[in-house]
Amino acid sequence: MWNKRKDEDVRQPAAPTPPPADIVREPAAAPAAPPRPAATEAVRGVAAIGKSVIIKGQILAREDLYLDGEMEGTVEVPEHRLTIGPHAKLQASIRAREVVVLGAVSGNVEAIEKMDIRKDARLIGDIKTGGIVIEDGAFFKGSIDIVRPEPAKQPRQPQQQPQAQVVPAAAAPAVAGDKR
Amino acid sequence: MFSDRWKPSRGDSGSPRSFPFSSSKPVVQAGPRSRESAGSVYSRHSSGLEQFFNHIHGETGLRLLDLSGASQANIGFITNQGYRLYSEDLMQSLDAAFGGDDFYENQSSAEHAGAFLAQSLAFPDQHFDGALVWDVLEFLAPPLLKTVVERLQRILKPGSYLLAIFHAEERASAVSTCSYRIGDAKTLLISPRGMRPPAQFFNNRAVENLFKEFETVKFFLTRDHLREVIVKR
Repeated sequence: MWNKRKDEDVRQPAAPTPPPADIVREPAAAPAAPPRPAATEAVRGVAAIGKSVIIKGQILAREDLYLDGEMEGTVEVPEHRLTIGPHAKLQASIRAREVVVLGAVSGNVEAIEKMDIRKDARLIGDIKTGGIVIEDGAFFKGSIDIVRPEPAKQPRQPQQQPQAQVVPAAAAPAVAGDKR
Repeated sequence: MFSDRWKPSRGDSGSPRSFPFSSSKPVVQAGPRSRESAGSVYSRHSSGLEQFFNHIHGETGLRLLDLSGASQANIGFITNQGYRLYSEDLMQSLDAAFGGDDFYENQSSAEHAGAFLAQSLAFPDQHFDGALVWDVLEFLAPPLLKTVVERLQRILKPGSYLLAIFHAEERASAVSTCSYRIGDAKTLLISPRGMRPPAQFFNNRAVENLFKEFETVKFFLTRDHLREVIVKR
């Protein structure tokens, strides 16, 4: 009897492993999805695609994404981090806020903020990014285009705009007065 | 004998240094290089690198080709200058295409060479404003070497510069292949990656012949018995 209780205790933690179908969350499907199991919360909101999964098509994620399977198509994670796992084989164009590569990628990558190519990663394609870190041992073939963000210009514009609006308003009557 | 004498120390840039040569029978490692064979990194002043960046200094938006493979140092330095970088480890591509015991014989095969050239250095004409070729030309057999140099000339813009490195030790039957990292505009960080026999030895005349279709060739002999060559397209 004591043994039976022990067996039950052991089985319980193993039960909530998420089924593969629940792992990929498309934006449209997200509201209808059932509450996330505890195991998914343990991954801290990172959607994960396992190494046995093969996808052809488009992935659009609105949360961090861990991709360790095979993928052909396009991957967009515009506001979050995309991690390409060590078993991943991607033939895809990629766009994400941050990209971390540990596996094999063939295709162009746009990492808006930063890109991290780890040791033993393999990347063939052109990179466009705000910053890049590449470890020794990584294989990379392609071009690197660093896109520097234009800092602090946009916040100033709203302050100048009210002044700019005042000037034409004041100038308009003056011009009209000259004509008269 | 010489390879025993060569013991690089970290961060020592001032003292003369013998480069790893082997004058005995070649220790053929024509296949992919092993990490175990990698040596310590050392740094030294590079007149060739200095000249290269002096020539393109002040210009922005240039496209540079780096055939030493992607490294944080080169990417950081080149992109910080406002240049766009194309990076490829041509030695690794050579190993992938011709690797094995018949490394140089395989290069003579038209089929192998065609497959290699279809995937490497396949760029539009006059695509680059400069090329960092490093020591890779030493490991190309003559027919392929000629084709690769012709292709380099084709993909470089007129007036642009190319930096290549050749070993200056005539009797060396095996020389070290290296990773070349840019410390700053005049400093190289050199990391030996293994020994292999060169396809041929290049003296000054051989180098001039190799680049005879280019406009000018300038040599810098370094303390570690390397010949840095700046070539103007």
